[in-house]
Amino acid sequence: MLKLPIYLDYSATTPVDPRVAEKMIPYLVEKFGNPASRSHSFGWEAEAAIEEAREEVARLVNADPKEIVWTSGATESNNLALKGAAQFYAGKGRHLITMKTEHKAVLDTCRELERQGFTVTYLDVMENGLLDIDVFKAALRPDTILVSAMFVNNEIGVIQPIAEIGEICRSKGVLLHVDAAQATGKVVIDLEALKVDLMSFSAHKTYGPKGIGALYVRRKPRVRLTAQMHGGGHERGFRSGTLPTHQIVGMGEAFRLARLEMGAENERIRMLRDRLLKGVSDIDEVYVNGDLERRVPHNLNASFAYVEGESLLMAIKDLAVSSGSACTSASLEPSYVLRALGREDELAHSSIRFTLGRFTTAEEIDYAIRLLHDKIGRLRELSPLWEMVQEGVDLSTVQWAAH
Amino acid sequence: MTYSVKVLDHYENPRNVGSFGKEEEGVATGMVGAPACGDVMKLQIKVGKGGVIEDAKFKTYGCGSAIASSSLVTEWVKGRTIDQALDIKNTQIAEELALPPVKIHCSILAEDAIKAAVADYKKKHSDHAAG
Repeated sequence: MLKLPIYLDYSATTPVDPRVAEKMIPYLVEKFGNPASRSHSFGWEAEAAIEEAREEVARLVNADPKEIVWTSGATESNNLALKGAAQFYAGKGRHLITMKTEHKAVLDTCRELERQGFTVTYLDVMENGLLDIDVFKAALRPDTILVSAMFVNNEIGVIQPIAEIGEICRSKGVLLHVDAAQATGKVVIDLEALKVDLMSFSAHKTYGPKGIGALYVRRKPRVRLTAQMHGGGHERGFRSGTLPTHQIVGMGEAFRLARLEMGAENERIRMLRDRLLKGVSDIDEVYVNGDLERRVPHNLNASFAYVEGESLLMAIKDLAVSSGSACTSASLEPSYVLRALGREDELAHSSIRFTLGRFTTAEEIDYAIRLLHDKIGRLRELSPLWEMVQEGVDLSTVQWAAH
Repeated sequence: MTYSVKVLDHYENPRNVGSFGKEEEGVATGMVGAPACGDVMKLQIKVGKGGVIEDAKFKTYGCGSAIASSSLVTEWVKGRTIDQALDIKNTQIAEELALPPVKIHCSILAEDAIKAAVADYKKKHSDHAAG
């Protein structure tokens, strides 16, 4: 039997894999020691578990375990990377570059750095959501010290050309930070090959627990950071605070499973995503947002023209999805990511993000397809815009009464 | 966003959805809002003898509250004269549907739609409005 509502919001968060939860529990109950305790076996046992997890995180991204620093999640990793590097290297220059489609954890941190006297360039992306390398090259300045580019976009799932960006940064002596919160387990990440200096990770987007993440800090060539959290000098002084052993064990196990299973899992999810895409593409005037080829397999972001997003979400309440328009707040503000792609407001208003995952089934996708057909048809019957378009009216020529 | 029972009822079972033929006798149209703002309402009234609204239809692009507001006014304007229809105020619509503060603009838009439809009727019939 199909259980409703159907969860299609895996980019918001994923359930903890039962195998991960099982591995975590002993570290809450009997193996509760503080990994910083050096004087007894409780501490040694916890420390061993943490180092094993560190190895697993490093293995997924082909890095050295010594390059992994535990944090509370990708938001903290982004803060530590950007503020830590900018402040440490401020003597070299005070210019940073990022993209307009970055996650708020990067954009808002950049705003804070502007208040601290740094200058930040926010690059536009192309209509397909990808960074134009020529635009990026032109933005580099002699005083640029740091670039921050996300690996996979959280809304539209496009994969940025990190390898190319890294080559350019390295040749100019500029540090590169990559927010990889949405990338782990979805794309192959090889930090031996990629010229990336700092990379942020999160556990809960990859079937691990919430509240734990990591920052990769390259050792060769060595990257220095100004610590943002002071205290007992944990994590080689990069980030003080008692390590949450059970969370770390969970992240390690989640990343181990991702490494072992991502090949087969991504093919299965890609088939389901393509089934969903095929199933909705015979609805008139459906537009996919973002490049379809350079995209993670589990994301579909589509606009259903002439249907308003909030009423669509209301109509498909059996599906747990995200809308591109943040219209649950007072202001009807369309997604800044879709706006950055140059989508008109009405298409940005009518966009839905479907993100599939480990526990999505074909039966669920087929249910979603039927529901979308039914409800979009009904809402378009209600839509004066749809009626006008059917009559051949070009909506861009209409003089709308302002209100 | 949580909706009142009445909003949900109008959203699930909207009353008087559709359009009249443009050339039909006594039909007038009010179209308000803009796609970029996230809502557009089209209200049509069919006015008979003595300026009484005999029938009304709507189509709305917008959130559940906008759909419910326009569905409700199609029920309310029927049987009223065009001048009585102008007495319908957004506060009455908002009260009836228990709209939260962030959705008051939906009721204002519905009131504007009535005004626009009546204005369209008066414009079309200004030559022989005396009857």
